Amino acid sequence: MNRLRTAPPRYWLVVLAVVLFLGLPTVTSSFVASEWGQALTLAIAIMGLNILVGYSGQLSLGHGAFMALGAYISAILVHRYHVDFLVTIPIAAVATGLVGFLFGVPALRLSPLYLALATFALAVVSPSLIKRPAELTGGVQGILIPQPDPPPFAGDAFNAVTGTAMTSDQWIYYVILFCTLLLFWLAWNLGRRRPGRAMRAIRDGEVAAAASGVNVAGFKTLAFGISAFYAGTAGSLFGLSIGFISPDTFPVSLSIQLLVGAVIGGLASIPGPLLGAIFAYFLPIESNQWVPSQTWIPDQITSTVKNAGPAVSYGVVLILVMMFAPNGIVGLVKAGYVALNRRLRGAADRETGQLPPDPQTV
Amino acid sequence: MQEFFQLLVSGIATGGIFASLALALVLIYNAMGLVNFAQGEMAMFATFLAYSLIGRGMSFWIAFPVTLVLAFAGGIAVQRVVIKPVERAPVLSLVIITLGLATLVNGLAGFVWGYVPRSFPSPFSSDSIDLAGVFVSYRDMGVIAVTGLVLLCLYLLLQHTTVGLTLRAAAHHPEASRLLGVHVSWMLALGWGLASAVGAVSGIMVAPILLLEPNMMQTIIIYAFAAAVLGGIESPLGAVVGGLIVGVTVNLAGAYVAGDLQLAVGLAIIIAVLVLKPNGLFGRAAVRRV
Repeated sequence: MNRLRTAPPRYWLVVLAVVLFLGLPTVTSSFVASEWGQALTLAIAIMGLNILVGYSGQLSLGHGAFMALGAYISAILVHRYHVDFLVTIPIAAVATGLVGFLFGVPALRLSPLYLALATFALAVVSPSLIKRPAELTGGVQGILIPQPDPPPFAGDAFNAVTGTAMTSDQWIYYVILFCTLLLFWLAWNLGRRRPGRAMRAIRDGEVAAAASGVNVAGFKTLAFGISAFYAGTAGSLFGLSIGFISPDTFPVSLSIQLLVGAVIGGLASIPGPLLGAIFAYFLPIESNQWVPSQTWIPDQITSTVKNAGPAVSYGVVLILVMMFAPNGIVGLVKAGYVALNRRLRGAADRETGQLPPDPQTV
Repeated sequence: MQEFFQLLVSGIATGGIFASLALALVLIYNAMGLVNFAQGEMAMFATFLAYSLIGRGMSFWIAFPVTLVLAFAGGIAVQRVVIKPVERAPVLSLVIITLGLATLVNGLAGFVWGYVPRSFPSPFSSDSIDLAGVFVSYRDMGVIAVTGLVLLCLYLLLQHTTVGLTLRAAAHHPEASRLLGVHVSWMLALGWGLASAVGAVSGIMVAPILLLEPNMMQTIIIYAFAAAVLGGIESPLGAVVGGLIVGVTVNLAGAYVAGDLQLAVGLAIIIAVLVLKPNGLFGRAAVRRV
């Protein structure tokens, strides 16, 4: 009880967020729940990217390809071998993680710039690579993933709360939410314990980290593996949520979207990927709904905004955030909080040893 | 065998296109140690400008130099507005910014010209000429001639003029150059302008072959990356040689292996070079300061 009372306010924020996300499908439509589910899958993938870029300082522009791998492993298992979807999620995650780990080995030899280049090429090429083994991946047609029915216990519990039957979209939302909470909790533990410290040490100075006894190669490949594990889980859940995957589900712009989310939210932070994902997922959707609803905008512009709007706004946002707020939303909030504290408590704060905000991470 | 030589010639033509874009990448890499992910999109935008000029009744051979001048000015503007404020940022930030720039330029082009592919007029006739049993199209020869001429001009500019000398000095030894009175920052802008113009050549040359649309350069930039990496990313000569090798390889692979795996060949070249010979054919071993 005492621990509860002394818990810092951010723990209450976490509780509040979890309650909000748990309650969301009970008050909104099934469609909105499925949208938020997809935003959460993006959050998982962005958390993976955040571990790689924010903590270990390696840049990947090809995380869409890892998502595609996870999605296709799950879809093929479900479609061809009739495995239960829930079983395929960990399989896809672990398999993608292994591939990422293996990818991390040659990546060790590359400078950050070359790594960015190689992973970008991977992202551009992956749709055509997926199309190639057509009988396995369904080629251009893609694979349909049947939506699972909610199990009785979940359906009963949902019925007891809302009085309506649970749809499969709502059930999938809860599966995604469970995975998100688990993976964010894992990332939080990873970040504040030995591996996270080692990765940050490598990011801030590879030679110094090696001199302090950090296994540089080991942790860099590990970061790649974990990051791909997250992306694979996200891809698997993403496929389940939209119910259909094809090579065009995973274009280069998906990798860019992930990067936008990671950068906007704030690198090397735990809430950052969630905020970034919500932003990156809903920005194009909301702007597509908002622009046509404005009568003063001519029709011709409306139709081009639909196509070009996300690209333009992502581009502008990426540039502006990197220029003016390299630590993203979380960095801004932290800086604001520190400034506010200083203002409220006055000069006495200097003695309390308020830590300066985290150094710029990229 | 005859088919092989024909593929070889058209491979050299596409290689010249890759080489121009790769050279643009090398120019910016030399100036600030950065790979410009927006290079292809900037070239695509310039190509759209050329398309608009030609659409207004301008002849191709006037629109071409006008576009290069516009691209040059655009490159300088981009450097001044977007890159200069963050010059000293870590390389990861810069890469993310150029990616943002790529997305932005792509979206702007889509905004202005839409996403419907358009055919771009070729200045060369599509007839072929019989050279000792090998049919070579005028279009391929024209592309080879134009890219060759542009590369030659760039070489003369960089190696045999005072501007070229100051440009190289500013790139290699910024501090020393500044002490000697070189405006290093403006030299970097000049480098961006030149890169933008050289990249525009590749866009205008490739547009008649592909169709002109905002995502046109997305595949070409991968080949240009492959070319630049293969040649050693700081070597202009390497970019040209790399471009030709990549062009020929991709063309041969497309004909003899599988057409839809051409892009994968680009990726394979990038990864193979980075793993086996990270400095490329003409690059020097990087010495890292600790």
